[in-house]
Amino acid sequence: MLDRPAVVEPLDDDKTPATFTGNRGLDQEEPLIFEIGRIDATGVDVDDPAPVATRLGALERNAPIGLPGLTEPETMRHYVRLSRKNYSIDAGLYPLGSCTMKHNPRSNEKIARYEGFADLHPLQPQSTAQGALELMQTLADWLMTLTNMRAVAMSPKAGAHGELCGMMAIKSAIAARGEAATRNVVLIPQSAHGTNPATAALLGFSVRVVPAAADGTVRAEAVKEALAPDVAAIMLTNPNTCGLFEREIVAIADAMHEAGGYFYCDGANFNAIAGVARPGDFGIDAMHINLHKTFSTPHGGGGPGAGPVVLSERLAPFAPVPFIRRSGDALELVEAAEGTQSFGRLTAFHGQMGMFVRALAYMLAHGADGLAQASKDAVLSANYVRASLRDVMTQPFGDRICMHEVLFDDAWLRGTGVTTLDFAKAMIDEGYHPMTIYFPLVVHGAMLIEPTESESKASLDLFIATLRDLARSAKAGEVARFGPAPRLAPCRRVDEALAARKPVLRWTAAA
Amino acid sequence: MRYHPLSEADRNAMLATIGVSSIEALYADAPRATLLKTPLDLPKGKSEQEVERFFARLAARNMPASRASFFVGAGAYKHHIPASVDHLIQRSEFLTSYTPYQPEISQGTLQYLFEFQTQVALLTGMEVANASMYDGSTATAEAVLMAHRVTKRRKALLSGGLHPHYAEVVRTISRLAEDEVETMAPDIGAAEDLIARIDDTLSCVVVQTPDFFGNLRDLTKIAQACHANGALLVAVFTEAVSLGLLKSPGAMGADIVVGEGQSIGNSLNFGGPYVGLFATRHEFLRQMPGRLAGESVDADGRRSYVLTLSTREQHIRRDKATSNICTNSGLCALAFTIHLTLLGEAGLTRLARVNHANAVLLAQMLNDVPKVEVLNETFFNEFTLRIGGDAAALVERMAARSVLAGVPVARLLPHAALDDLLLVATTEVNTQEDRDAFVAALKESL
Repeated sequence: MLDRPAVVEPLDDDKTPATFTGNRGLDQEEPLIFEIGRIDATGVDVDDPAPVATRLGALERNAPIGLPGLTEPETMRHYVRLSRKNYSIDAGLYPLGSCTMKHNPRSNEKIARYEGFADLHPLQPQSTAQGALELMQTLADWLMTLTNMRAVAMSPKAGAHGELCGMMAIKSAIAARGEAATRNVVLIPQSAHGTNPATAALLGFSVRVVPAAADGTVRAEAVKEALAPDVAAIMLTNPNTCGLFEREIVAIADAMHEAGGYFYCDGANFNAIAGVARPGDFGIDAMHINLHKTFSTPHGGGGPGAGPVVLSERLAPFAPVPFIRRSGDALELVEAAEGTQSFGRLTAFHGQMGMFVRALAYMLAHGADGLAQASKDAVLSANYVRASLRDVMTQPFGDRICMHEVLFDDAWLRGTGVTTLDFAKAMIDEGYHPMTIYFPLVVHGAMLIEPTESESKASLDLFIATLRDLARSAKAGEVARFGPAPRLAPCRRVDEALAARKPVLRWTAAA
Repeated sequence: MRYHPLSEADRNAMLATIGVSSIEALYADAPRATLLKTPLDLPKGKSEQEVERFFARLAARNMPASRASFFVGAGAYKHHIPASVDHLIQRSEFLTSYTPYQPEISQGTLQYLFEFQTQVALLTGMEVANASMYDGSTATAEAVLMAHRVTKRRKALLSGGLHPHYAEVVRTISRLAEDEVETMAPDIGAAEDLIARIDDTLSCVVVQTPDFFGNLRDLTKIAQACHANGALLVAVFTEAVSLGLLKSPGAMGADIVVGEGQSIGNSLNFGGPYVGLFATRHEFLRQMPGRLAGESVDADGRRSYVLTLSTREQHIRRDKATSNICTNSGLCALAFTIHLTLLGEAGLTRLARVNHANAVLLAQMLNDVPKVEVLNETFFNEFTLRIGGDAAALVERMAARSVLAGVPVARLLPHAALDDLLLVATTEVNTQEDRDAFVAALKESL
């Protein structure tokens, strides 16, 4: 183990050292493809087209597009250089709360590329894709067992798309009851993900905010007070975005059902309880499952994800097409909504098959006991971080047990001249991706830390020691370590205001 | 478990630090009755080798494109993907990073998104493009919603040549959002009179080219009619390679251009993940859905990139956001941009020509088959065949001869009396042997 300095001396110059190339050792400058590519260069050798009389009518392009090309070696270099400017879970602890940056097994990547899956067309005859349908059905069965729910819609493409799916099923169920005109309000706590109110609004619902109690959770009493004949549903995340289990969730579900409403559970944090408790036992009606969080399909710099939605018996009839039906020995994909109560179609084709393969591989590798252990280790690690930092950082709802993520506020930074943002940027210089900051919005200067089950104790200990040292430094008034940070990253703080004021969203040739 | 680094000794030491006696005690806030007392009825964990064996067995029950003479399209296309594309997208720094919310350690992702946005804008002939949507169909639905916001009208007109799944996605969301949609009847020969249907109640007209049946459509006059009535023209494509050879939708007057980017850089994947492309005019920028990477400078004054205009987005604007989208198709966009960089304009144009030439050759061969008729006057790499019999049954018979012949139109339009129509797509992967196999299997199966 390396010796660590007792005190970290701030870098004494605010400027980054200059070099002739602009490179800094392994951190290499890389121009845009439009600056290094050539319109006549290509990295793909294509055969000569057969001489034919074209059938393009008068619609053949008659002007250049302006797309640059690079040969293969130039292409490799461009993207490898770009890649080195990114942090990644493979390179270090990535404690983004609510995002679940856990290990992405490479066996899953290998399996997803089996040509029997990757090279399969969604509209080839179903008789030639029975293995794919069996895979989807197996994943659906696992999801229903893990949640104790009656049905699952597989086609949603990500979490927010899953929310849309669940809320569409709820709206359809309400319409089927003849209450479409009267039930048009959705209850949402202030701490919710922004996708919740955005989804509700997209479907014409208005949002009524439910207040949280002083301990950061929603009380059944508060829900009852907000309930009225105009309420269609509640959208509630559990564990919630403060990393806390909603203790009164069963009573909340009962209250919703008694009032004729539905319970949409945002499943972004299912990874805290998978294999430990089943959302169906809480009384929920719908929940999306982010396969890219709980079941470790890679985040890929912002997607693709997958957001299958489990549904209660009451909502199951309204599930979108396509869905799978067993017919004799074969599986059949039902693709047309006619003649069913299905609310329709959410996307072309059948969902994120590539993600299904990876998620099911993750489940099979773990088994029921392994999935429970993953959840428990995630919760254990978050609480370990909490217990190890509670004497130097403050928690908005007091020091209490958390789930898979621990939330701090910035009360402990008050008067130091260091903000949550500064603290996060100083973590970058120490080689860490910052935690989620300024979310949830209800907590001042929020810092939401989710270590996941993928970290060793040694890794957690170094992370904790680093945060403790930064906290000591902030309280000691060593602002030089924070204000100019990051100093050691591939780039320094970016002027976000300039980017928004004068949007430059594409390259254009110099005039 | 091979993915869990904590040992029992670690767990015990951590519990001691926390001050509880067991991990179960950490679940004290969950209603006791809801905590599972016994493990779920699911199999035990498996070794890597066992997991791979399980999936190999499932994969073997499918017929992949590479094991057949393959002519299936209708919105997803098999093209050759250079090995370097798949290698690069599997680099840890791309594969296992999150959305680039911390720009100082995400410049790799932000720069490729900026390049991607530029490529999409150039390809579609538009001014700006976003950092991707889920796929072409959801991008189309988002385009309709955006047109409603821009025009403050809530009625869309869908061409009968629009991919039926895309039309269903638009209709589903419109019905539940209480917006109006009119859909033209299936338009096999690109003969519909859209212009006669355009009036000043419409927010937009949605037209696909090449259309679902393979026909190429000139959008110029439709765009003029839209603009004369204060409506927007939403142009859709499902085969991005076609843009290498055809006039861009932007050049024909489209206001929003959306499409499926799968056919550049991305495998078929049985339908997903794919990558939705979304481009528009600068004046509508603030009504766009989805993420945008923008250029700025860092504290040293060096050029750098950052996610921008996020006041449109759900995590800031909540119920007033332009869309609820959060996670998009970052890695698929990366595959798209790498493949397109490798191709360049020269490679893309050539690739598009080979696709078209192969389609012309196949159409000529098929026209010589008795009882079979190619219905298209124009096409790019896909056309509609009338086969004088049930297309679904024919496709099954041909599959038994290792020819995946195409998509029966009735699979997507089941109640339109189009059972004898077959969509046939051909790309650079098809050889003369494939075309011969197609014709031979067709003759034996008719």
